[in-house]
Amino acid sequence: MMPELGKYADTVLSAYAASLLLLAGLIAVSLWRGRKLRAEMKRIEARVSRRG
Amino acid sequence: MTMSQRMNALWEYANPKKFLATTERVLPFFWASAALCLVAGLVWGFFFTPDDYRQGSTVKIIYLHVPSALMAINAWMMMLATSLVWLVRRHHVSALAARAAAPVGATMTVIALITGAIWGQPMWGTWWEWDPRLTSFLILFLFYLGYMALWEAIDNPDTAADLTSVLCMVGSVFALLSRYAVNFWNQGLHQGASLSLDKEEHVADVFYFPLLVCIAGFVLLFIALVFYRTGTEIRARRIRALMARERVQA
Repeated sequence: MMPELGKYADTVLSAYAASLLLLAGLIAVSLWRGRKLRAEMKRIEARVSRRG
Repeated sequence: MTMSQRMNALWEYANPKKFLATTERVLPFFWASAALCLVAGLVWGFFFTPDDYRQGSTVKIIYLHVPSALMAINAWMMMLATSLVWLVRRHHVSALAARAAAPVGATMTVIALITGAIWGQPMWGTWWEWDPRLTSFLILFLFYLGYMALWEAIDNPDTAADLTSVLCMVGSVFALLSRYAVNFWNQGLHQGASLSLDKEEHVADVFYFPLLVCIAGFVLLFIALVFYRTGTEIRARRIRALMARERVQA
């Protein structure tokens, strides 16, 4: 299934690996921070509403 | 609906609650279609397109390099548009959208620079050259870093939004320059546009169609990330406001 990349196999594969890692890292960090702040906001809103 | 009514409907999204409600509804569509286009385009390009007669299998890097370079420039243009909306209309959501887009644009710029260097080594015999397009792209990356650092360095969010908006206007010169540098100077190693309305100029059809799918994937991913990250910035702002209120009441 793997295409024949010839003498440039390392070049092509390293470009794909670097790009996909960077994209995956960006998505992971965005989702992690989003979830963290969403939970924090709910916690603070609940605390504020309890205090009136 | 008149133009003025349409504009008024658009400004409704400047309301953070309305923005969050709308983006939460449309985000699953953008995530799913981005994943679909990226997987389809990259699989098509990597597995089912032939080698180029001059560049061999390195041509497959085009499916990452061109879309990321396009998004690096367009992300800055989007930031410019939302920064101008902030300066003129003072809508916080627009300033936060620009802030949310910056790390996405910076990542796209890094991907374009890295894939360009990896591609350039076997084709040009060098990882880097002080070519007009490469240099202007590096400067654009430095502007992204400066923009993000400025947001972090200033405590008052309105002042930060004002100053970063001005920086964004200055940086837009380099964003445009990186797009048209090859045409301006007509020198250096980098080729002209891979995509053009002039059919004589752009890449062969066998590479062109999977490239279009990859570009669609990058655009959709950018939209999904910016919507999601803007929501996160809105929540961070709300947390700061709630904590400030608590401190005052304590």
